[in-house]
Amino acid sequence: MIRLVPRTETSPLYAVISPVAAILATVIAGALIFTFLGYNAGEALYHFFISPLSRIDRITDLVVKACPLIIIALGLVFCYRANIWNIGAEGQYIIGALAAGWLALSFPDTTSPLLLPAMMAIALMAGAAWAAIAALCKTIFNANEILVTLMLSYVAALVMDVLVRGPLRDPMAFGFPLTPMYPDAGLITRMPLPGIGYVGQLHYGVLIAFALAPLAWWLLHRTLPGFQVRVMGSSPRAGRFAGFSQKRTTIGVLLLSGGLAGLAGMVEVSANIGQLQPNVSFGYGFTAIIVAFLARLNPIGVIFAGLLVAMAELGGDNAQIALGIPKVVTGLFKGILLFFLLAGATLQHYRITWRGLHINKEHGETSS
Amino acid sequence: MTLLSAENITKTFGTFVANDRVNFSIEPGSIHALLGENGAGKSTFVKMLYGVLQPDEGRFVWEGQTLRITSPKMARRLGIAMVFQHFSLFPALTVAENIALAMDDESRLSGLRHRIREASDHWGLAINPDRPVGELSVGEQQRVEILRCLLQDPKLLIMDEPTSVLTPQESLRLFDVLRRLADDGCAILYISHKLDEIMELAGKATILRGGENVGEVIPRESSTRDMAEIMVGNAVDWIERRKSHNPANSPPPIFAVNGLNRPAASAFATPLRDIRLEVRPGEILGIAGISGNGQEELAEALSGEWLAPDAEMICLDGRNIGHDGPEQRRRMGLETVPEERNGHAAVPDMTMVENTFLTQYFSFSSGLSWVQRQLAYPDLGREATDAIIRAADVRTPHSNPMANQLSGGNLQKFIMGRMLSTEPRVAVISQPTWGVDVGAATAIRRALLKLAEDGCAIILISQDLEEIFGLATRIAALNNGRLTESHPATDLTAEDIGLMMGGVSEEEARA
Repeated sequence: MIRLVPRTETSPLYAVISPVAAILATVIAGALIFTFLGYNAGEALYHFFISPLSRIDRITDLVVKACPLIIIALGLVFCYRANIWNIGAEGQYIIGALAAGWLALSFPDTTSPLLLPAMMAIALMAGAAWAAIAALCKTIFNANEILVTLMLSYVAALVMDVLVRGPLRDPMAFGFPLTPMYPDAGLITRMPLPGIGYVGQLHYGVLIAFALAPLAWWLLHRTLPGFQVRVMGSSPRAGRFAGFSQKRTTIGVLLLSGGLAGLAGMVEVSANIGQLQPNVSFGYGFTAIIVAFLARLNPIGVIFAGLLVAMAELGGDNAQIALGIPKVVTGLFKGILLFFLLAGATLQHYRITWRGLHINKEHGETSS
Repeated sequence: MTLLSAENITKTFGTFVANDRVNFSIEPGSIHALLGENGAGKSTFVKMLYGVLQPDEGRFVWEGQTLRITSPKMARRLGIAMVFQHFSLFPALTVAENIALAMDDESRLSGLRHRIREASDHWGLAINPDRPVGELSVGEQQRVEILRCLLQDPKLLIMDEPTSVLTPQESLRLFDVLRRLADDGCAILYISHKLDEIMELAGKATILRGGENVGEVIPRESSTRDMAEIMVGNAVDWIERRKSHNPANSPPPIFAVNGLNRPAASAFATPLRDIRLEVRPGEILGIAGISGNGQEELAEALSGEWLAPDAEMICLDGRNIGHDGPEQRRRMGLETVPEERNGHAAVPDMTMVENTFLTQYFSFSSGLSWVQRQLAYPDLGREATDAIIRAADVRTPHSNPMANQLSGGNLQKFIMGRMLSTEPRVAVISQPTWGVDVGAATAIRRALLKLAEDGCAIILISQDLEEIFGLATRIAALNNGRLTESHPATDLTAEDIGLMMGGVSEEEARA
């Protein structure tokens, strides 16, 4: 049987080697798979790793793609640090986008600069409220939050679907399930790069993502609530001994992550779509789970993990378009990349031992 | 002929030398004690003997043959058996099923049950092979572990701190069994730090200190004091048994528990029934009892982790605090030290500074408004942590290590120091020296005496009778969720308390 045994000391050098080794391993494994399937491996790898970084507009695309992932993952970091498993950020994202869209569509003629902040606020609240359902089920009935949050994601998607096809549909949309466009005051505008001007789809929303990361770090490491989250996740018993409440922590992290997911939904729609449609996410809520873990649940790490995952996504799209590689294969390749990255991170803290099957569970760690 | 000898056994972990050229030998049919403080290298040594670890240097000679013991399975084949301090039994399975799981050779259950009956009759280890282990007391579970070893006809039986979980009476019964085993020719390697047990039981004792064999003694020809000195390396400060307070001229009680009831939280928890106690400033109330008789439940109720149904059930300084949580109780000067160091008193993967902040966060707030209180963060406790580390003489590998990087004794010194630094008026201390080396234990006990002298009312929950006797002014016992009345320590003998702990009523105990 294979077991993971915690390392007594971890080498800082390994922290540097690990991601490099993971990418190398991915390149090798990917090359084998692409060759085996009859594609030009070198070209495929170029489209995955080089092409997304080859031009300034592709880099900005990367940042735009990473923006919702970063915002959602920042909230998830708090949940996972507290050992609360919110995997329904997708639903909270959709409800946030929906609430903000409803507000924008309620004032089709407004030019007020207050519309955007109001949309952000309502998206935060709506996302948090959606997560609050799971929080209450957990704290009152001890319902498993993994199931509740996941199932509510599908409910949220259907709510969006029903409203976009029904009450919110634009009568001028020729029967397409689309709402009218938001008023201009409800759109996040494109952001020029100093000295370069407008590049790709780069918009002001990315600033929110980059500003939130240090803020989340501060909250987690420089405030009492952040400390509570870390303690409750690491040793709930010590947390109760300190006088912290498990229920309040559960509710707090779920509201925070739900709110941020809702905000991400609002930013994405206002910056990139401009109207509601049945599908406003692209699995961001689920992909962000990977981002949070890839970042080792570190808010600053979330920025880098978000960009890396965005690169894998865009690289996959590139490879599909340029070489006609099927979507499942690019998905497989992304999976391999994440597998090696997470394995490297795990092996940084654990070593593998092989051992026979022993009954001796107390002493299992040392008997081999 | 020597059964087993170890020659120049050396084992290092990184730069730490756990065993340094240890020489050791054991004769068949002898009871041989392995004595040493926590961290002296006892466990490392026996783990190598049992094949769990491999020595870096040196060799083992078993019945005249030099060999490497590569696995516990091989050790068992040679005839080496070990009873660990923590049992590895499945509560839901019966005694026979548990034993069957541990037998290396496949044996049929029906035959095994017969053999268990025979062996338990032969050795006087009364046990019914068909009872689920979950229903057995700790002493009975230990018997299962011993039986499991005996069924393999060992030539050498290793016992790791076997009496740490037993009542005094149960210990005596265990000693009988061990003596009979030895008479039968089985060698017993008995690991302990309890000197009086070794005096009573062992024919020979090997003492380890800092990974080295620092002496072999014949306990009968030595004294506990001599052995302790070899073990610790310098003269031990024996804590004198304290004189009882004279209640007439001591201050009125500052802390009281009035008829506290707590239903069992789970099938494995003990309900508390009508707990009543009072402590005066300067007094140490010792609560004796074997773990699992409601100690944890009581400690949680006193710390505020569990809130009493009625506020009046717990009184501090005339105020009813039964409904107040841990933070409010700390603010009023009530500090607790839980039994479990890692994961309860401290967060294992957090630093010392963060662990200071854990119980003192409210004292680092810059103001009293809600917002200001939220802006406290661990680094503010850096100076306080340094002060605790200095005052409590905590040895740290570097300036701010994680709690799990400290040895048990050092972590406990830190936790005690954290409690002392708040100058509490009432302190509830659980098993303060459990698994702690003699040096740290002495420091901790001395700190408790000093704290009482300074006027703190102390409740000491401990299953170590020596400790209760050494420190407490009054003694009560907790048995199955009930607390006996307390008596002045000077009026009680160890036997009285043993009986009170074992559930015999006080009248009988004192008869």
